[in-house]
Amino acid sequence: MRTIGMKKKVILGLATVTAGLVLGACGNTSESADSEMINVGILQYMEHDSLTQARKGFVSELEEAGYVEGENLTLNYQNAQGDQANLQSMSESLIGDNEVILSIATPAAQSLATSTQEEPILFTAVTDPVDAGLVADNEAPGGNVTGTSDMVPIEEQISLLLSLAQDAETIGIIYNSSEANSKIQADLAQEAIEAEGVEVKVLTVTTTNDVQQVMTTLAKEVDAVYIPTDNTLASTMPTVGEIAAEYKLPVVPGSAEMVEAGGLATYGINYEELGRQTAKMALEIIEDDADPAEMAVETSTNLELVINEEVAKSLGIDPESIVLPD
Amino acid sequence: MDIILSSISQGLLWSIMAIGVYLTFRILDIADLTAEGSFPLGAAICSVSIVSGISPLLASFLALVGGMLAGIVSGLLHTKLKIPALLTGILTMTALYSINLRILGKANVTLLGQDTLMRTLQSFGLENRMAVLVVGGVAVVLVILVLYLFFSTEIGLALRSTGDNEAMSEANGIHTDTMKIVGYMLCNGLIALSGALIAQNNGYADISMGIGTIVIGLASIIIGEVIFHQLSFAKRLITIVIGAVVYRLIIDFVLQLGVEPQDIKLFSAIVLTIALSTPLLKKKPKRTKRVGKKGAELV
Repeated sequence: MRTIGMKKKVILGLATVTAGLVLGACGNTSESADSEMINVGILQYMEHDSLTQARKGFVSELEEAGYVEGENLTLNYQNAQGDQANLQSMSESLIGDNEVILSIATPAAQSLATSTQEEPILFTAVTDPVDAGLVADNEAPGGNVTGTSDMVPIEEQISLLLSLAQDAETIGIIYNSSEANSKIQADLAQEAIEAEGVEVKVLTVTTTNDVQQVMTTLAKEVDAVYIPTDNTLASTMPTVGEIAAEYKLPVVPGSAEMVEAGGLATYGINYEELGRQTAKMALEIIEDDADPAEMAVETSTNLELVINEEVAKSLGIDPESIVLPD
Repeated sequence: MDIILSSISQGLLWSIMAIGVYLTFRILDIADLTAEGSFPLGAAICSVSIVSGISPLLASFLALVGGMLAGIVSGLLHTKLKIPALLTGILTMTALYSINLRILGKANVTLLGQDTLMRTLQSFGLENRMAVLVVGGVAVVLVILVLYLFFSTEIGLALRSTGDNEAMSEANGIHTDTMKIVGYMLCNGLIALSGALIAQNNGYADISMGIGTIVIGLASIIIGEVIFHQLSFAKRLITIVIGAVVYRLIIDFVLQLGVEPQDIKLFSAIVLTIALSTPLLKKKPKRTKRVGKKGAELV
């Protein structure tokens, strides 16, 4: 008797879940959009400082333009927490109800772009939208997808690095080989350094656990280090900074956040500003019915020179002397 | 309704992976972690093939073959080098990470704008979700049919007997090592095939897409077993498909509930814990019942 009771309970439980699903799904799709209300979807690939900053910038720019969440704006926000199995479901749930959908980071953008070929999709924090298959051409995207790229000004960053390490014979590059964006940047950086007649040594890691060892190996063999906007290296910048200090190496990373966490200096992107820039594109779509197919992909218009004064002093460099070379 | 259709169609694609996991997990009694490497391996082989102009059908088949090769490696490590199953899986999975990166050439290869199985069907006028449903449905039916036929052959029966009682099977002249390798091969071939289909559905292959796949596979099996227990082999395969769809529905339901994004992983874990612990809850009263029966028989 007891077993049967238990079985029934389980079946009942599953039936309830299924019924709930049906109701839940129906409730969501039949929600009629208030004519005054604007719906904006956001699909973020994972929880990560730069990505979150971009999202916040996007939302606050919308707010400044008069779209306040809860009043005349509904934000449908999903975050896949790095779990790619859920990206597709989240994409599907965002389609159909939103004037425009923002996707943050490459896999999120790809997943949304596969799910709809009609609704306007904006992306941000994507390094190479053409390579990612999101747009046919940066100038003329051609489809329903456009947005802002976080491609860093690598040539400027490299000339900054070379000005900080003028006698350098070999420059090291370290990044996570499993991050598509990092590889693209690392290749470009290598090209730029070699064009100046300086040797390059590239080492890669696969997890945060490798950073200590690989960075130490690299530090012994090079005179300065360049790091792309790599998620893994970004989260281990304190470790990188310590090793760099020990070997007296100037480190130029891809982003301002990475400089603050242990790098020397960079000329880079402010992700919050990039998010704001993306919001302006969203407003063009919402208010002026702009066509994503004709909206060129934008790169950051707000670049800034960031210097970590403590690190500079520990390397015996006067922070005041660090300027962007022409 | 759209969400439910999407859950079902995605569940079908994932169920092929779950069936693969089932072959090692239940038939050979090994939780094979190779899955986390062979899943992205299938996606990588398929995507790179498609991008280089090979038809999506052949590309999916190549993925299957690639997964089988990975399975053979795990099988050899386990049987010939006597490495424990858990470590075997971890070793092959780790090796596959580098191999997958080599195949992809970078961390992410896009299939946007390329011909995929789903796109081919769409070009015949099928709506996107229906195309996924058809691809998933046809693939699942084929897989179950082939496995059903295979497990009725002499080798298939020997494979099942190896899992049931290795010592007895060996005594009866079955090469249990060979059978295990065949099991590993089938399992990882199917997982790679699933990876290939998922990549075509998602629109990209990504180096980190294997993370967590073994959990999805195990969850689908357990949910299938919780809903229907004590079934014949072919019916069991069908319940795994149902399990995979139900798992997808539960996850989508959690997403629909409006759970705070940072809590989604916690909710998925809770759902999984409930699914995984249900057999235990059911077993306890059952055991006492069985003892009673046996006691009666003894008298």
